[in-house]
Amino acid sequence: MTDQQAQNKIKTEEYFINMGPQHPAANGVLRLILTIDGEIIKNVEPDLGYIHRSIEKMCERDSYQQIVHLTDRMDYLSSHINNEAVCLTVEKGLEIEVSDRVKVIRTIIDELTRIASHCLWWGVMGMDLGALTTYFYAFRDRELINDIFEETCGARLTMNYNVPGGLMFDIHPNFVKRTKDFITHFKTKIPEYDRLLTGNVIFQKRTKGVGILTKEDAISFGVSGPTARGSGFSSDVRKHHPYSAYDRVNFKEILFTEGDTFARYQVRMMELWESVSIIEQLIDNIPEGETKAATKAVIKLPKGEFYQRVETARGELGVYINSTGNKNPYRVKFRSPGFSNLSVLNHISKDVLIGDLVATMASFDFVIPDIDR
Amino acid sequence: MSYFSDIYKGIKTLLTGMSVTGGYFIRARKGAITQQYPDNRETLKMFDRFRGEVVMPHDADNRHYCTGCQSCEIACPNGSIEIIWDRAVDPETGKKKKKIDKHIYHLSMCTMCGLCIEACPTDAIVWAPNFENSVYDRSALTKVLNQPGSSVLDGIED
Repeated sequence: MTDQQAQNKIKTEEYFINMGPQHPAANGVLRLILTIDGEIIKNVEPDLGYIHRSIEKMCERDSYQQIVHLTDRMDYLSSHINNEAVCLTVEKGLEIEVSDRVKVIRTIIDELTRIASHCLWWGVMGMDLGALTTYFYAFRDRELINDIFEETCGARLTMNYNVPGGLMFDIHPNFVKRTKDFITHFKTKIPEYDRLLTGNVIFQKRTKGVGILTKEDAISFGVSGPTARGSGFSSDVRKHHPYSAYDRVNFKEILFTEGDTFARYQVRMMELWESVSIIEQLIDNIPEGETKAATKAVIKLPKGEFYQRVETARGELGVYINSTGNKNPYRVKFRSPGFSNLSVLNHISKDVLIGDLVATMASFDFVIPDIDR
Repeated sequence: MSYFSDIYKGIKTLLTGMSVTGGYFIRARKGAITQQYPDNRETLKMFDRFRGEVVMPHDADNRHYCTGCQSCEIACPNGSIEIIWDRAVDPETGKKKKKIDKHIYHLSMCTMCGLCIEACPTDAIVWAPNFENSVYDRSALTKVLNQPGSSVLDGIED
């Protein structure tokens, strides 16, 4: 295009345009300041802070039990995994070993959360690229998971089911049956997802070769999760640093080497199968045991620094707690996956069309409260 | 040649996708999960553990289980619960005993985290499955959980 412009002696000028904070194709209140020349993007500058709630500062005010419910509001699509990250950090500091039952239940709900999150992402990704049907089909199946959560935890999204030392209460008697029913139902639906969207010629043309992220860039920008695994960077915390019950289940780490939008799409679609497989391995033999280890009413961590990382649906979440021995932490820092993943967006979106940026962003699966905190 | 094969493959994938949607079009009723919400109010039943709002159950004699220990107030992360308490003199022993005057619950601030109900030693407060909380004035969401003239059930100690 630039060659032709030079031939025609048309003088072009770069200009700014805001994408967001309320752009329908952006996932939340993310403002991207685009420098564009015609329809070619020259620079992408994310502007954050529209949903900043100072969660890290609020954590310094709260007790360790109260911190857990704040992390629901970070990456709300993997709220249980966030809760677990905080609880694991506190348990590490207190040197409590939770029972096998707690570990297995946590892992099952983690994977259900991951399926729910990937379902929502699949629906939204289709909708971003103009396929509205995917949204309804994905939400139909996600609804069943939300029902399981509502019955056991009491809430559908911000569950706050974990407490330091275990679970708030035992699982509901219907939990196992409902989960099995869901798995049977969902296994017939993933092939349907593939027939509907994955093979679609328009979808493939919009995603193949778009937004290529190399493995070197993924590592140097600290990208994690399915986004990094689409570039061949083996970064699954569940595999490399197993927590809860992940060391006793067999699952594959999905790796694709293309690094384009379609590769990231395929990673998530295949992770659905892996999550289903993990749940199937655990659901039939949930061990008996206590659901909550005895902790003091006022938890005081010993003086020192504690760090724990988990794999959320979007990537690696790290929780850092610096304690001075009081009932409140001195400093809490969350290493959220969305923030690091966002940092690479400008790098891979130079000289592409605006439509391709939308496709790339959809495949990154941003949750903005996770980026802003 | 690839021009025509591309057209053929493209049409084929589009028809594959449409066969899924077409299948649902024919058997639309099967597997539909949509709830006709305001119309199904009579039959709509929430799950037992559903977190709608915090309530304090009273028995027939207007007695509750709250001793005024303030565990819920301390457990609440954002000050949704305020307890105004007083000391009452026990008529039999003559000892002073803590009792609640008002158990104030700000539903407008509550994040439904459930920590207060976990913290309560006497199960004086429980979840209720009410979720229709829209009101015209925010002050209507500040509730006094203990009924007027209520008192603590005998023998409840924290």
